[in-house]
Amino acid sequence: MISRRTLGWVLLEFLGSMNLAITLLVAIAIASVVGTVLQQNQPYPNYVLKFGPFWFEVFRWLGLYDVYGSLWFIGILAFLIVSTSVCLYRQVPAMLREMMRFRTQIQLNSLRGFHQRAEWLVPERNVEQVLAEVTGAFRARGYRWRLRDYGDHQVAAAMKGRYNRLGYLFTHAAVVVIGIGGLLDGNLWLKLKEWRGEIAIEKRDLSSRDVPAISRLQPGAVPAFRGNVMLPEGSAANFVFLRLRDGFLVQELPFSIELEDFQVAYYDTGQPKSFISRLRIHDREQLGDQPLAATIQVNHPLVYRGYAIYQSDFGDGGSKLELRAWPLSGTRLEPVELKSEVGNGLKLTGSTGPLNLELDDFRLFNLLPEPDAKPGDRKFRNFGPSFSFKLRTASGEAREYFNYMAPAQLEGRWFYISGMRARPGEPYNYLHIPAANNSPERFLKFNARLHDADWVKTALKRSEPTTENPDFQRDLNVVRANLLNLFLHGGFTAVSERAKAVVPPDRLQEATKLYFNILRDTLAELFLEILREEGIKVEEGIGESEDAFFNDALSALASLSSYEAPFYLQLSGFQQVEASGLQVTHSGGTFIVYAGFLLLVTGVFIMFYTSHRRIWVWLAVEEGATRLVVAGTANRRQADFSQEFSLLQTTLSQRLGVAALALGEGA
Amino acid sequence: MAITHQVVLEQWDQPSLWQRLTLWDILWGLLVLVGSGYAYTLYQPYMDRYEIAIPLGATIALIAWGLYWKPARLFTLIVTVLAVMALWRYGTHFELRKSDFLLKYFLESQAAFMWMSSLYVLATFTYFVALFGRSAFIGKTATALTWSATGIGLTGLLVRWRESYLLGADIGHIPVSNLYEVFILFALITALLYLFYEDRYRTRAMGGFVLLVISGAVAFLLWYTFDRQAHHIQPLIPALQSYWMKIHVPANFIGYGAFALAAMLGVAFLLRSGAEAHRPDGLMAQVLPPLELLDDVMYKAIALGFAAFTIATILGALWAAEAWGGYWSWDPKETWALIVWLNYAAWLHLRLTKGWRGAPMAWWAIIGLFVTLFAFLGVNMFLSGLHSYGTL
Ligand code: HEM
Repeated sequence: MISRRTLGWVLLEFLGSMNLAITLLVAIAIASVVGTVLQQNQPYPNYVLKFGPFWFEVFRWLGLYDVYGSLWFIGILAFLIVSTSVCLYRQVPAMLREMMRFRTQIQLNSLRGFHQRAEWLVPERNVEQVLAEVTGAFRARGYRWRLRDYGDHQVAAAMKGRYNRLGYLFTHAAVVVIGIGGLLDGNLWLKLKEWRGEIAIEKRDLSSRDVPAISRLQPGAVPAFRGNVMLPEGSAANFVFLRLRDGFLVQELPFSIELEDFQVAYYDTGQPKSFISRLRIHDREQLGDQPLAATIQVNHPLVYRGYAIYQSDFGDGGSKLELRAWPLSGTRLEPVELKSEVGNGLKLTGSTGPLNLELDDFRLFNLLPEPDAKPGDRKFRNFGPSFSFKLRTASGEAREYFNYMAPAQLEGRWFYISGMRARPGEPYNYLHIPAANNSPERFLKFNARLHDADWVKTALKRSEPTTENPDFQRDLNVVRANLLNLFLHGGFTAVSERAKAVVPPDRLQEATKLYFNILRDTLAELFLEILREEGIKVEEGIGESEDAFFNDALSALASLSSYEAPFYLQLSGFQQVEASGLQVTHSGGTFIVYAGFLLLVTGVFIMFYTSHRRIWVWLAVEEGATRLVVAGTANRRQADFSQEFSLLQTTLSQRLGVAALALGEGA
Repeated sequence: MAITHQVVLEQWDQPSLWQRLTLWDILWGLLVLVGSGYAYTLYQPYMDRYEIAIPLGATIALIAWGLYWKPARLFTLIVTVLAVMALWRYGTHFELRKSDFLLKYFLESQAAFMWMSSLYVLATFTYFVALFGRSAFIGKTATALTWSATGIGLTGLLVRWRESYLLGADIGHIPVSNLYEVFILFALITALLYLFYEDRYRTRAMGGFVLLVISGAVAFLLWYTFDRQAHHIQPLIPALQSYWMKIHVPANFIGYGAFALAAMLGVAFLLRSGAEAHRPDGLMAQVLPPLELLDDVMYKAIALGFAAFTIATILGALWAAEAWGGYWSWDPKETWALIVWLNYAAWLHLRLTKGWRGAPMAWWAIIGLFVTLFAFLGVNMFLSGLHSYGTL
């Protein structure tokens, strides 16, 4: 008997204890922090990169990449639900009793122990008269009361605001209700199915068609899900992808969604103003042959058959790009024209072997902080269309590039900008190709000519001064050719490295300076030759802009050596095809959760802003007088109650015509 | 607890609410009805069909506010007059803010915020001078300064609302859309909450402490304006174009304001109890607000904050259901709102059911402010998520 009671009782005691409740509240708060500090549900390789293989495994084991879906976290939440339920189970009966009972069974001594109390000896009035005054006072303030006659004395027990007790019930029931609704809407069902082996997440990069049945969910298979699909304009889908850890599942829908078109509207400043998808829902079962047309945008979803369809993302749906590949390493002057679509690849043969060109993205607008702005100035500039691509070598290594279509003006000069990075997630290194006449051609031609040894030789010959010393001239020519070669393959660094290798340290500075001067002069000569080819009369002097162009060209040439692409890919034309990212959700628990919200708000307000007040009146006849003892309590807002009580005291004193006895005098 | 004037004068036999209404009360109600009715006809073209409920709710709330707390009436009236004056000076020309004298130096939103900032800082000092100098007159001055700062600040916010429409009909929006704007809202709401408690408890002793956190907000605001140029009105990103923003954000800031107020009272509590323990006869132990008062107001503020925060979080969830496809996404901002909420739930339980009082609760309220501050500022600065529009 004792042991049975102990076990069940101890468990109940533990689960319903305030200490556990507070511990759980704080534990959930702290556990939640983890998931906000570590970005959740990223692709797993990102985590490996960040933490290294060892910690990656440890954190994976702890479920830190999806904290809120991890068993331990759901466990704590479930614990809170259980604990709150036990608390309710244990408190509610007492609270209901507290609401219903007037508690007329009370002793004089306990009344005299109350913090709020007062006592009178009323001469020349009988009990009934005094009682009438008191109950009149109760009535005036909306107190309800019960009277009990004990023969030698009477007790009236009054109360008001007993619904305050419902506040506790509502609030805590709300926690349970919201918790349960939330669990129903979480990915508990998927976990259950996975655990029973009914589904397995797909980790390969497959198209939806090829995903095997074990990774597909039929409509209605789970009561709640949240999935995404990216639809190019003009296409349709009857499924969404559910991302789960490092893989995904395909959730089929009982209808199909077609994206007619997707539009982004912009403010004058270039910031996006609205994302609008025009959809058609095809549903033979419900709609027959007539599709349902609907427009959705952010904050305005479509709810169809209990499935909510939201505008959540956008991207490229296979824009058609016209490209011009300008060779960077050979002597060829003309670009090669190419055509492809975003999402597709092209096989190319570079100078160093076969290359795969993968077109990744196209963007119509690039709104970026104004680079020429004063610090702190929050100006933005639209840099216009851009596209990004990867160049993948046969061994699988890839570099990413990001090129703007139009030249951009920086510090008053115009550049074609191309970013390159060797690893995803790193910042881009930018190549600034100076533009002339709205084209990168002059620079690219200059570069190609520099790679043409014969052209260089002839050009330099033309500018050779007539000299008395042909040997010197020949040596100088060799030095010039060498420096140029070094520069083209390794930039300025290669030149100074060479100087370091061949010149003794005491003359290094001087020699480096000399090398650079020779190199610069040589390049200047060659640049003049390019201008000549363009038909510019350089003998009449060149303008400031050409001068600036030359300086910018030098910087660009110097950084070409680390650009690592055999060509510069210029975007010459495009036809944009957009894609709209839709999120489709189905949440069976929403209704429950919303009901919980209602309970919670009602409960909180009742609990804070009402109070359950009780006032007892004890009356007895005593030698020609009536003894009146009044005492009261409130379970909330004690300050307000003490004011009310003292008001009651003054009022009763007035009406009875006697002052209250000083406290302590009564007994 | 100090028994207030009102209560002493109060009748035990309470007449019904209807009988208690004075001519002034009725006048107030009518004035608000007519005023907001007129504003509604004026701005109705800018509202979408969901938004009818919001002006209606705001009107009712404003009437109730004025009935519940009388000083709110004069305040509302003055702010309305100032704001209308600004709108009248502006007409439809945004450029007038640089040339019109009244706008340029007083009513244009930036000018108004500068006035607000300086008055709040001044009020902070004045409250402390009044406290330590035990001067009732200086105390009244501090109250007047706080009221003025709040009035001009609220005017600035209203004017900024109009200015955003003057910039372009498609740019116009309620100024609670970014960190800059909500910082002003925070200062105003905290100040109003404080002024309410000051009035109800008939004491100015808490003023300096509460105004200190407002001055902190002002310091941030000034840095944000001058160093980051954050004061420019920006168009709304699509995710924020929703009527939910109009109710979700202010509700949140009632919560933040109340929590901040409670934390500052926690500071006062610790100072006073420290002073009482070490130098019971010292000035500090005499002039700082009494412990029971602080304890009571701290509880009231946290309860109010908790209620407002509960509503705000629920509104946020409803909005998220509409904007992001689910009422809860464990987005960092959401999660931190939950953390703040759980933290204060724990605080309330300790006080109510375990009967904790005194220094530990004061410390907890102060730590609570840091948790709140992180939810409101830190998340935007350090964490990325769906709420990523408030970055510094
Ligand atoms: C997320 C979970 C919970 C929330 C949000 C919550 C919220 C609240 C709030 C706001 C109050 C009112 C405090 C006041 O008036 O100052 C309260 C009171 C109370 N809570 Fe909780 N609570 C939670 C869980 C629990 C649990 C698990 C228990 C059981 C141990 C519990 C037991 C109580 C009790 C006994 C009261 C006092 C009721 C009264 O005397 O009227 N609560 N709760």
